[in-house]
Amino acid sequence: MESVFAVVAGVLYATGLYLMVRRSIVKTIFGLALLGNGANLLIFTVGRLTAGRPPYIPFGESAPLPPVADPLPQALILTAIVIGFGVQAFALVLIKRVYQTVGSDDVDKMTTTDTITDHGGIP
Amino acid sequence: MNHLLFLPLLIPLATAVSCLALWHRHDLQRMVSLAGASALLLAGGTLLTAVRHRGVLSVQAGNWTAPFGITLVADLFSAVMVCVTGVMGLAVAIYALADTAPEDERQGYHPLMQILLLGVCGSFLTGDIFNLYVWFETMLIASFVLLAMGGKRANMEGAIKYVVLNLIASSLFLAAVGILYGVAGTLNMADLSRLLRDAEVSGPLPVIAILFFTAFGIKAAVFPLFFWLPAAYHTAPIAVTTIFSALLTKVGVYALIKIFTLIFFNETEAWQPYILAVAGLTMVVGVLGAIAQHEMRRLLSFHIISQIGYLIMGLGLLTRLSLAGTIYFMIHVIAAKSALFLATGMVLRLSGTTELKKLGGLYRTQPFVSALFLLPALALAGIPPLSGFWAKLALVWAGLETGRFIVVAAALLVSILTLFSMIKIWSEAFWKARPAVEETAPQSAPSLPGASFWLMAAPTGFLGLTTAVMGLYPEPFYALCLEAASQLLEPTAYIAAVLGGTP
Repeated sequence: MESVFAVVAGVLYATGLYLMVRRSIVKTIFGLALLGNGANLLIFTVGRLTAGRPPYIPFGESAPLPPVADPLPQALILTAIVIGFGVQAFALVLIKRVYQTVGSDDVDKMTTTDTITDHGGIP
Repeated sequence: MNHLLFLPLLIPLATAVSCLALWHRHDLQRMVSLAGASALLLAGGTLLTAVRHRGVLSVQAGNWTAPFGITLVADLFSAVMVCVTGVMGLAVAIYALADTAPEDERQGYHPLMQILLLGVCGSFLTGDIFNLYVWFETMLIASFVLLAMGGKRANMEGAIKYVVLNLIASSLFLAAVGILYGVAGTLNMADLSRLLRDAEVSGPLPVIAILFFTAFGIKAAVFPLFFWLPAAYHTAPIAVTTIFSALLTKVGVYALIKIFTLIFFNETEAWQPYILAVAGLTMVVGVLGAIAQHEMRRLLSFHIISQIGYLIMGLGLLTRLSLAGTIYFMIHVIAAKSALFLATGMVLRLSGTTELKKLGGLYRTQPFVSALFLLPALALAGIPPLSGFWAKLALVWAGLETGRFIVVAAALLVSILTLFSMIKIWSEAFWKARPAVEETAPQSAPSLPGASFWLMAAPTGFLGLTTAVMGLYPEPFYALCLEAASQLLEPTAYIAAVLGGTP
C-alpha cells in the first residue's frame, strides 16, 4: 500500500515540476497545485498508513488499542489543504491580472523588473 | 504572566479586525493602525523585559500540555525579534501616514500590514514546526496582496515571481515537516530537540535538514535561491518594501537559526562548511549585483541579499560569539536598511525619481535628507563607530577564532564593496550636479509639505540614530545578544520551559 502512495506522490511531484518549468504561467500555477497535493500525500504516507483502525477508545478502556491510525497527519493535511486552497485561489486571480497587464502568459515576456537598459536606467 | 505571550499575536489581529470594520474610514484606519503598532511595540518591550528577568517563557494554548497542544514560547532571541518587529511596525506606520497612496488604502493597506505583522510575530513565538508553517503562510498571503496592490505592470511581474518561488518554498517546507513527523512522531520543537539529543531517533535526518535549509533559504534569499527578491521588492511602495526588507527575509534567517540550533545540532561539522560556502557566496553575489544597478531601490534590494550572507555566516560558524554577532547584526541591519529605504522614499518624493542617472544635487538642496541617508549608509558599510562595525567585528573575530579564513576574507571584501556602492549612491544622487532635464520629459516639481516631510523624516532619523546609538554604546546590546546566543546553544532552559521539569 505504501509503495502505491509513494509512486503516486512521486508522479505528482514530477508532473508539478514539469509543468513549472514550462513558460506559461497558467501551467506554473497548475504545477504548484500538484506540488502541494504531492506534499499532502507525502505527509499522509510517512505518517504511517493504518487502514480500518480509527483512533477510537473502546468502552471500558482509557486509551485506544494499538495499532490505530494516527489522526495528526490527517489534521495537518486538512490545514495544508485549506491554506493551499486559499493561496491557489489568490494565484489564479493574480495570473488573470498579470495576463491583463502584460498581455501574455509567457514568463519570458515578464522581464522588465530584472532588466537594466544600456543607459543604466529602467526600461 | 506567561499570557504576555499572546499579546504580540492578539494586538495585530485586533488591529486588523478593527481596520476591516472601518473599511471606508481611511482616516480612522490610519489612527487605529498607529495605535496598534504602538501597542505591539509596548507588548514586545514588556515581553523582552520579562524574558530577560525570568528566563524562557512558554504558554500552552487551552492548557493542552506540550507536546500535544499549541505551544508559544519566547526565548531571548524571539523576544528581541518581536521587539524589533514592534519598532519597525511603528516606524513604518508613522511613515505611511505621509506616504500611502489613497488607492492602496482603498485596497486594504492597513489591515494587510497588521496581518503581516501578526504572521511575523507568530513565526517568532511559535514552538511548533507545523504552526511555523501556518504563520509563514499568514505572513506570505498578506505580503502577496501588499506586493500586487499597485496593479501596474512592474507590480504584477514582481508579484508573480515572488508568489511562485515562495509557494515552492512552502511546499518544500510542508514536505519537510511531514517527513520529520514520520521520523520523529512529534513536531513540537522542544520535544524534537529532546528526542534528538537523547538520540532516540534514526532516519533520513540529513534529507530533512536539506529540505528545511532549501525552504528557508528561498525565504531568506540566500545564494542561489534569491532571484525572486531583486525582481519583486523594488516594485512595491516604499513603506511596503521597507517592512518586507526588515522582516520577511529575517524570519527566514530566524527559522534557519532555530532549526539548526534546536533540531539539527548533530553532525554540526558536516554541514558547517556548506552553510559557510552559501554565506560567502550570498554576500559576494549580492554585493556584485548591487554594484551593477543604477536605481536606488534595486541597488538596496541587492544589498539585502548580501547582508543575509553575514547573518548566515554567524550560523555557519556556530560559536557563542558568532551567534551573538548574528543577532546584533540582525538588529543593526534591520535598522540601517530600513532607514536607507525610508530615506530613498524621501528622495523619490522630493525628486520624482530614484534613478541615479537622473538624480543629483540633493546635498545642496536637501542637506537634512542627505544626512538621513548618509548615517545608515555608513553604518551598513561598517564604518566605526556605527553599529555595522561592531556587528562585523564580532563575526570576523568568531571566524578568525575558528580558523574559517576564506569566509572572513569574503566578509571583509564585501564590506569594501558595500562601501563602494554606498559611495556610488552618495556621489550620484547627492553630490554631483543635477543633470539637465530633457525636454521630452518635463518634470512636475514634486513637493513635500512640511507636515509630511517630518512624518517621513522622524522614523528615518530614529532608525538612523539607532545605528549610531548601537555603535556608540554597544555594550548593553552585546550583553543581551550574548545571553540570547547562550540560550540558543544550550537549549536546556528552552526545553524545560516548554515540557516542564527541571533544567
